[in-house]
Amino acid sequence: MKVVFLGATRGMGRALSRRMAERGDELFLLGRKESDLSTSAKDLEIRSGGDASVGFHLCDLEDPSTFEAALDKAEETLSGLDAVVVTGGLFGKQEDLEQDLPLTRRILNVNFTNTILFCEHSKQRLLRRGGGTLCVFSSVAGDRGRKPVALYGASKAGLSHYLESLDHKHRADGLVTICVKPGFVKTGMTEGVDPPPFAGEPDPVAMRVLSAIDRGAPMVYAPAVWGHVMRIIRFLPRFVMRRVGF
Amino acid sequence: MTENKRRSTEPTLSGWGRLSVPGREVRSEDLAALSLNAFLFRGLGRAYGDSALPAPGQTDVATTTLGDRLLDFDPVSGVIRAEAGLSLLDLNRLFMPRGWFTPVSPGTQFVTLGGMVAADIHGKNHHRHGCFGRHVRRLRLRVPDGRVLWCSPAEEPELFWAVIGGMGLLGHILEVEFSMLPIPTPWIWCESERIRDLDEFVVALKEAGPHWPYTVGWIDCISTGSKMGRGILQRGRFAETWEAPPSDPEEKRRVSIPFELPSWALGPLSVRAFNMAYYWKHVRKKQAGLLHPDSFFYPLDAVNDWNLVYGRRGFTQYQCVLPDSAGPGAARRFLTLLTSKGGASFLCVIKDCGAQGSGLLSFPRTGISIALDIAVRDNTRQLVDDLNELVIAEGGRIYLAKDAFTRADHFRRMEPRLSEFLSIREKWDPERRIRSAQSVRIFGD
Repeated sequence: MKVVFLGATRGMGRALSRRMAERGDELFLLGRKESDLSTSAKDLEIRSGGDASVGFHLCDLEDPSTFEAALDKAEETLSGLDAVVVTGGLFGKQEDLEQDLPLTRRILNVNFTNTILFCEHSKQRLLRRGGGTLCVFSSVAGDRGRKPVALYGASKAGLSHYLESLDHKHRADGLVTICVKPGFVKTGMTEGVDPPPFAGEPDPVAMRVLSAIDRGAPMVYAPAVWGHVMRIIRFLPRFVMRRVGF
Repeated sequence: MTENKRRSTEPTLSGWGRLSVPGREVRSEDLAALSLNAFLFRGLGRAYGDSALPAPGQTDVATTTLGDRLLDFDPVSGVIRAEAGLSLLDLNRLFMPRGWFTPVSPGTQFVTLGGMVAADIHGKNHHRHGCFGRHVRRLRLRVPDGRVLWCSPAEEPELFWAVIGGMGLLGHILEVEFSMLPIPTPWIWCESERIRDLDEFVVALKEAGPHWPYTVGWIDCISTGSKMGRGILQRGRFAETWEAPPSDPEEKRRVSIPFELPSWALGPLSVRAFNMAYYWKHVRKKQAGLLHPDSFFYPLDAVNDWNLVYGRRGFTQYQCVLPDSAGPGAARRFLTLLTSKGGASFLCVIKDCGAQGSGLLSFPRTGISIALDIAVRDNTRQLVDDLNELVIAEGGRIYLAKDAFTRADHFRRMEPRLSEFLSIREKWDPERRIRSAQSVRIFGD
């Protein structure tokens, strides 16, 4: 599989890209920092065990003007395109975001507007090739209006909504859209936040997402336990949600 | 160190023995940034005692596990360079099928490269390949004055050999470059033998050494008298291609201990029953066959969080080496003292060590190493004191990566190299920017 990967240098993206490289997928990395990209590309090359080189190009989710050139370079290097994976995004604690509206604006822009723009670019390219897979990391935070993730969760709710629609609209054209909803996973992004019960590790998430990509499942909770947790939270009545702290 | 409290509001951190102190882990993918103002680096937290716990008055330790990228690998020479947080689990999973293995492996895969260097870990092949540090070519370090530099046996050798086995106190290890060991297959050819008593065991280990790259013994340290130190000796080597199955070993499933067992669960009776069962499970005197590498190198990794069996009070591991100069009776004197003090251990590991390496505080030296788990009870400190007195009298020493109870003066008496280590530490870290609970306990700061 020829995969363009936005966000492979860190966290769940790092774990997923490694599992892909180890099974022989061809990867092209997009990200913000050149030194980080080249180190991660080398890590993936060694893990893949083959002679394949992993290419990379700068692409910044905060700057949609970088999308076209980056995707051009990726398609050209891979000489093809079967899947686009987006794990990049921004996170901020609710208290910090409320104090810092410019930061709130950045997070809403990156997670919602710009991620969707990036998906639109990717979608067109995949459709032009007769379809493929678009796998994007949203969050369980977008499933229900909750006190501690009002702002971050809103950006992810919008993204999940878009991804679901995209899957309905283009499944028949051969484009499979996968919305990944990770629960709390211990990565650099969530560093400094006290892990709740059921906090997971990146690698089990990667394995589960990989299986969803292979099956073409439109939505996946990861780690698996978060599917059960969210099933309960989704059906809690409003008066309960108003009282509880999560 | 205090015992775990059932309800505590402040976050606590513990070593593998589950004795905890106030503390928390700070993690980042960027080890260079993480190391900038860090008091102490920590890997996967498998040191049993307080090696990777914050010094009193500090809370944060910098955990390296997110900095785990492979940076370079030469498939011809087997030289590899990686960030310090790479786990041995990951390294084995990736490279054993390709014919490479870590030159030296401890008894668990849940360790990081940085931890393997800091503790200068040894394994079943110590009599042949020495400690891990012998195979390290270069280290990238954040030294206490804030600079990042490379050290090796050629560049800053004094610093390099103090870092090897230096328990992370001379600088934060960012990258490790070392040579891997070529292996014909990932499978192990293992011969095991039931051994009747301790003296026979010491002889059997020494005899097996020249013929087998990997040797280890599990002894029953409950039985006394003529049965003292009976157990199972394992001798292994990697299987040749014509001996091994055509497929690579599959990743083993691990079971978990779902909750902490009550502290009385590992009482004298259950320990005695386990030791007896372990000995007699080996029905035939000699057995031989192919083994999954995990079953040979990492039998305890099959159970996640096995440290929970020791309950809330936790446990400590006592590991010492008794030098050959102490004579053949030293191991028996040690076990006699242990059993007379009621120091029942689940299982006890015995291993002959080869020559002392160049790591300045590296644990092994020529002799017999004995490692045993001790559930923490009211008398544990006294028991460790008594064992340490005997070890000092025999001219031996203890392993810092396992230790939680040794007194500063005891350690000084067993370690003639200590003053040299401390003067190098004084030179590189006069302000003691890097400290651990262990360094404060044993070195005074």
